[in-house]
Parts: sequence; C-alpha cells; structure tokens
Amino acid sequence: MTPFNKLTAIAAPLRMINVDTDIIIPKQFLKTIKRSGLGVHAFNDIRYNEDGTENPDFVLNRAPYRDAQILITGENFGCGSSREHAPWAILDMGIRCVIAPSFADIFFNNSFKNGILPIVLPQEQIDQLMEEAEENPEALIEIDLEKQTVTRGNKFSFEFDVDAFRKHCLLNGLDDIALTMEKGTKIDSYEDKVKGERPWL
Amino acid sequence: MSFDPKSRTLFEKIWDDHVVSRAEDGTCLIYIDRHLVHEVTSPQAFEGLRAAGRPVRRTDCTLAVMDHNVPTTDRSQPIAEENSRIQVETLRKNCEEFGVQLFDLKDKRQGIVHIIGPEQGFTQPGMTIVCGDSHTSTHGAFGALAFGIGTSEVEHVLATQTLIQKPAKNMRITVNGALPTGVTAKDMILHIIGIIGTAGGTGHVIEYAGEAVKNLSMEGRMTICNMSIEAGARAGLVAPDETTFNYIKGRPMAPTPENWDKAVAYWTTLYSDEGATYNKDIVVEAETIAPTVTWGTTPEDVVPITGCVPAPEDFEDANKQASAKRMLEYMGLSAGTKMQDITIDKVFIGSCTNARIEDLREVAKIADGKKVAKGVEAMIVPGSGLVKEMAEMEGLDKIFIEAGFDWREPGCSMCLGMNPDQLKPGERCASTSNRNFEGRQGRGGRTHLMSPAMATAAAITGKLSDVRDL
Repeated sequence: MTPFNKLTAIAAPLRMINVDTDIIIPKQFLKTIKRSGLGVHAFNDIRYNEDGTENPDFVLNRAPYRDAQILITGENFGCGSSREHAPWAILDMGIRCVIAPSFADIFFNNSFKNGILPIVLPQEQIDQLMEEAEENPEALIEIDLEKQTVTRGNKFSFEFDVDAFRKHCLLNGLDDIALTMEKGTKIDSYEDKVKGERPWL
Repeated sequence: MSFDPKSRTLFEKIWDDHVVSRAEDGTCLIYIDRHLVHEVTSPQAFEGLRAAGRPVRRTDCTLAVMDHNVPTTDRSQPIAEENSRIQVETLRKNCEEFGVQLFDLKDKRQGIVHIIGPEQGFTQPGMTIVCGDSHTSTHGAFGALAFGIGTSEVEHVLATQTLIQKPAKNMRITVNGALPTGVTAKDMILHIIGIIGTAGGTGHVIEYAGEAVKNLSMEGRMTICNMSIEAGARAGLVAPDETTFNYIKGRPMAPTPENWDKAVAYWTTLYSDEGATYNKDIVVEAETIAPTVTWGTTPEDVVPITGCVPAPEDFEDANKQASAKRMLEYMGLSAGTKMQDITIDKVFIGSCTNARIEDLREVAKIADGKKVAKGVEAMIVPGSGLVKEMAEMEGLDKIFIEAGFDWREPGCSMCLGMNPDQLKPGERCASTSNRNFEGRQGRGGRTHLMSPAMATAAAITGKLSDVRDL
C-alpha cells in the first residue's frame, strides 16, 4: 500500500448526499479479476452520457477539477455494497482523500486498506470547503495526516480525528495481513481453546 | 477495555467470545468462525494469497458459491458473457487450488450466498460470519455477528481467519405487538429504515427485539437483518430461540448429534442481559406499519401504499430537498401522485432479501388462479437450487407459470443486474430486492422496493397496489 503522509492538491466539490457504491462504480465493471484499471469507469452513469461522451455537468469532467486528488462531498458517502472496487476506482482516477460529514462503514474501512484517507468534518466546515472549492477552483487544499489537519492557505485550517492504528498503517503503508501473521501463536491458542469449549464449531 | 460481564448486549457477548487479542486503544483481533466467498469480491484476494505464497488457514470454515454473475436461464451452455464467465471460472480454479469447498453451477445446493449458508446449517448462533458482500447482515437472524467486508479483508480472513476491528456501538429496535394482516417482515424493515434513515445505523449493530420480531419465522428474521445495511448498520441481530434451533436442527452442516445439546446450551446464553445499555434505543408499534413501498432512490424514501409521492419541500434539510428533486426526476414521478396510480413494466421476485421458500409460498397464495397483467414482465428467481426444488415439490412452479410468471434458475439476478437480467432505461420495476439506487437494476431503471406479497399484487394489477385489497 502506498503510504499517505501529506497531500496538497485541488479539491473537487461533489454536491450530493448518499453517493452510493452503485454510483461510484456500477455493477458492470465489477466483472474484473484485477484491482487496477477501474478509474476510467468511476462514477460512470453520472460522468458519461449514454453515448459514452463526457457529461460536462459532472464536476470531475471540468478543469481544473479533472486533476483533483481530493473530493469534498455530502453525508453518507459510499453507502451500499461492500465492493472494494469503489475505492479502487476512485484511487485509480487519482483521488487520495475524500472529505465528507459522514461515510458508510464498509467504504470507510476499505479506503484505509487502499491508501485513501477518508476525513470526517462537521457540515459547517464541509460547506466552507465546498464554497472555497467552487469559488476558487485552483485553490490548493493541504492535508496533513501526521498533524491531522485540512488547511487552505491562511484562510482556514480544520482538525480531524483519525483512529490511531489506521493512521499508523496509512502513514507507513503497512499491510494488515503481515501484522496479523505476527500474532500466529495467539491465533493458534485461541483455536485450541475454542476446540474444547465449542467443539461443534 | 472489555464489557461489563453482568450486563452485556448480545453483540458484546459474541464479541467477547471472539477476541484473540486486544490492543490498548480497543482495537481487537477477532476470530472469524465462518467465511462465505463468491465470485465477484474474491479473485483479487486469492491473487494476493498466491503472490505472498499464503494458504487458506481454515478451508473447513470457508464455503464458496457463484451467484452474482450467473445466468438464471439455461445452464447447459457456458456463460455467454465473457467477463462473467472468466469470473466464475476463476472462482472454480481458486477453490480447487486452495482447497475451498464450492457449490458449482450444476450443484443443486448452488444459490445466493446468504440463502445457502442458513440452508446448509453453515450459519449458527453465536458465530462470527463474514463475506465480501454487504448483505452478510442476513445471517444475524440466527444471533450470529455477521457483516460484509471488502476484498482486502476477504484476503485477511482467508490468510489468518481473523479481522482487525473495533467494537461497534449498540442499537436496539423493539417492535411491539402484532403485525396487521397483509403486513410482512419486509414492510417492517422498510418502515424502520424510513424512521432511522439510511445512515441511522452507521457504526452500530442493530438488535431487533420485541413481540413482532419474536413471532417472525427465520425467513422473516433474515429479511429484516438482511436490510440492516440499508439502514447503515453493518450487522443486525435477533437473539436465538426455539424457532432458531428448530430451523438449524438436521441441516447438513449443523452441529452433529453428539454436540447438539452442548451447542444449544451455549446458544441459550445468547441474549442481551437485563440492564444492558444501548447507544440508541428505538421502539416501533407493529400496528402502525402498513404495506410499505419506496418512491425514491434510497431505501429510506418509503411511504405506505395508501400514500402519495412526497414533494421536495416536504423535507426540512436543504440537502435532502435537492436530493428529493433529483430522485423525482430520476424516478419519473411528480409530487402528489398516489402511489397506487403508478404503473409498472416489470416485477422482480427474488434476491437475498426475499427468495426463500416462505416468500415463494406467499407469492403463490396471492397469484393462485390469477394472471400477470398484460404488458408486465414478471420474473421469479428462487434463492437456491434447493428452494427451487422444494417449490416444485409443492407445485408452486405450476401456479407461477399458470399465472404468467417467468420461473428461473437461482442467483442474484435482477437485484443488481450483473447477469443479463436488467431493466432498460426508464423501465419501472416492483422489486422484492434491497436497493433502489440509481442504475442498480440497470442504467436508468426505476425500482420500487416492496414485499413479495406486494410485488405479486403489482404483477397482477399492473400498478403499485395494496395487497389487502386483492
């Protein structure tokens, strides 16, 4: 996993609530056996017209948002299915950070596993970020994971919460499985204990 | 931090029994008892194992099936669509290579992953159960802690049989009294999501309690737990009882006779203690629930069938108003239209929410001697080969075919349309599935969620209808 430390980038405002996983990556693109190459299909139904041309109303089709690495959006982002294709798709189109008032649990969790930082901020701060991104599209937003801040020059700086373990993994690009494998003997002894207590398992 | 041993919720009891190790910040390594695998969210996980040279730790606790991509028509030929075929073949190869049991396409035990687990007795109370699918919450009906995970976590479970997690918060929804005639478990859960919203359960495990829940069959309990994710909760739970034990007894993967009493003795301890506390506690009176349908593109956008399409200004929040405007446009509806005046093109009866035998019996009861309305295409997709077989043994298939329904092979089908079963742009569908998201059943398709009884009523009348009037 690519570590995440600091990110200074253009932020795209996606003014929608309940952006579900079917919007992020529709089902026809789940028929892949790879993790890569989904970026071109991210947000397919709202990004492209039925004839395959780009929908100019979709924010990520417009300059300079096309180069955005930060997405600012409404509540309950990523609701719906468990498909990790959703973070794979947005990562593949260049998004490394999503900022919203709330996220669906599974999407939130999946993001961390892929080097994407999901940040929860209160609605008022989201509104400020959204306005800034709309009024000054070229404005660079700085995300500092170590300090846990979202900053726009000297205009504003917001602090955010992040789980300590997830932060550690993201900062260092750590692979969960390798970490868990180190606890192999603990898993062995749990299994031995359960074999005696709940033999039907 | 552990929970107070004297007043734990059901969730906390199951959690405690699965902690392998606990870090200071409360992050736990929890053991996973059962892992269900399907073709869409597993290929990259197996690929990861292969690359790292890791085996599957507990092949005996892992069960695979193909369901999302599979055709529901003729199965004598290879799958026509290339990418679907590759995904199905990849699962077959991975299961062979890693020694995982697979219910293949021609196995009559094949079916929707959340239908086959309970059907085989693979799902049992007090277990932790995961699958790379959000509707894993279904298995919570047995008093198992069951939740959906992403592919990275699928790989983690395959390799270590554990997950790194923090405990969820507790929420209880008590449904008092008895459901009125014509009102089912599906109406109950749609009504509940209407109250708490699609993010109401985020970060929580929902425990369903109360007389109306207790009186549901296992099928009904599975329907409500299934849609917990639609309320944002990762898991739903119902405390196991005699109904649960009777359902499991004798199933192929149920505890063996020599372990049965021991298992039941343990399962009987799985309830929330007196004095257990909940972060959210909600009470619903069953008598206030009507046959419920959705009008918008999130499962919280519900109205009783006797109601009308709402207007954006009916909502207080500005974001929700904007969203309602977009939904009306997408759904091709205008505010104030009576729900019962909305005509439909298609009917889908199926999915992990409502494709069990009880659902099909309900459909047959209403469809018996009637005809699907002219111009309506109505499809029934059983949840598994065994559900199909049982329905045919009971003669339900004859009733369906006689009435003009299309009787299919088992799979996820038009719930998400990864196979050819899809809506065309603008088509309107009465569906027993779980998601009415934009494009869910096909780009531009318009989905109204409802119970099997209500979907049958819609099939017969050609419009959204109150099953109580039929």
